[in-house]
Amino acid sequence: MLYDAGKIIAGLVIFAAFFTVPFWYGSDKTSEMPKLELTAKAKQAGQCVEPKEQMRQNHMQLLDDWRDAAVRDGNRTYTNSAGKSYTVSLQNTCMDCHANKDKFCDRCHGYMGVSELYCWDCHLDPTKEKNLWASTDGNS
Amino acid sequence: MGFDRREFIKIAGLSALAGLGSRAAFELLGPGELEATSVSYAAKESALTAKRWAMVIDMGKCLPEAGCKDCMERCHRIHNVPDFGNPKDEIKWIWKEAFAHAFPEQESEYLAEHLHHEPFVVLCNHCAHPPCVRVCPTKATFKRKQDGIVTMDMHRCIGCRFCMAGCPYGSRSFNWRDPRGKNAQGEPFLKEINQEYPTRNKGVVEKCNFCVERLAEGKIPACVEACRHGALVFGDVADEHSEVRQILREHYTIRRKPELGTDPSVFYIV
Repeated sequence: MLYDAGKIIAGLVIFAAFFTVPFWYGSDKTSEMPKLELTAKAKQAGQCVEPKEQMRQNHMQLLDDWRDAAVRDGNRTYTNSAGKSYTVSLQNTCMDCHANKDKFCDRCHGYMGVSELYCWDCHLDPTKEKNLWASTDGNS
Repeated sequence: MGFDRREFIKIAGLSALAGLGSRAAFELLGPGELEATSVSYAAKESALTAKRWAMVIDMGKCLPEAGCKDCMERCHRIHNVPDFGNPKDEIKWIWKEAFAHAFPEQESEYLAEHLHHEPFVVLCNHCAHPPCVRVCPTKATFKRKQDGIVTMDMHRCIGCRFCMAGCPYGSRSFNWRDPRGKNAQGEPFLKEINQEYPTRNKGVVEKCNFCVERLAEGKIPACVEACRHGALVFGDVADEHSEVRQILREHYTIRRKPELGTDPSVFYIV
């Protein structure tokens, strides 16, 4: 007992088609999860400031803690759970090992859709040659 | 079946107890992995510390060296301070100012002749009562409790420029342009880059930070280190045995606009 069955079913078909457009549209491409690439220095070190699993899950929290410790409290030495000490600095400590920002940071962040980070508006990216960024047209 | 209020409250209470005692609740409310680990933050052992950092500028040593810009050049190079080539957009950490502008209340027609024309070295005064800190809506500018340095957390600056209006010394500069950009002739605003210090981006305010990043490593401020004539002396003004206190005891010194009650930490021997 469906009044206006034709219209309703046609409408449903159109709705379903419209709603699933992203799937049709992107059906031919699958993006592969990027593989983590470490620099030789990072490989040699074996472990980051904290174990790998913890860094994977919590590196954003750690970076925030590092920022506040260094800038606001002036505490620039970090002692990890194993008792090893590091200088608290994104540019001078993190990027010293992870000098391949494009492969280490950007690919995974792009894949996860969290590429809108403005760290590098100010912090220097060691993958870029000295002065290279000055070649972009920032004349404004 | 009857189900009165009393029965309902009993069951609800028991359910709540069971829920709180479950494993899931413990995992949710218990301390996380990162919090539970025993990490610690501390200042470096080699760091220079003081109760109140201050600077004495001996103009008797500075003024004869007209044209010397060692302190400014070193500071601006180390901190990646851009040169926009335009006084309106100028970024100033340490710069030169005419006596009448640096000490307007001391200016008089009959001032010693040479002072009328000679430039004074000026920088952030790292006031004990900094107006820039009071007006900052995000606490991006703050006074360090441990040593009185007025510094900035660039991550928090929203570029509102209240601090520039608040500072009576013009010690704060706004980045109207991208410091990483280039001028009309294609020359970068930053001729050289210190890879160990960040730049700023367009739309934030910046200022002298008394080299907090160098003090943390046990180095004195860049301008003091760069001055070949010994005109800049840096030290703890709260320590009565320090060199700055010694100098302050022996010389008549003035400070910029002390009548405003900001209590500056930069002293001048005229």
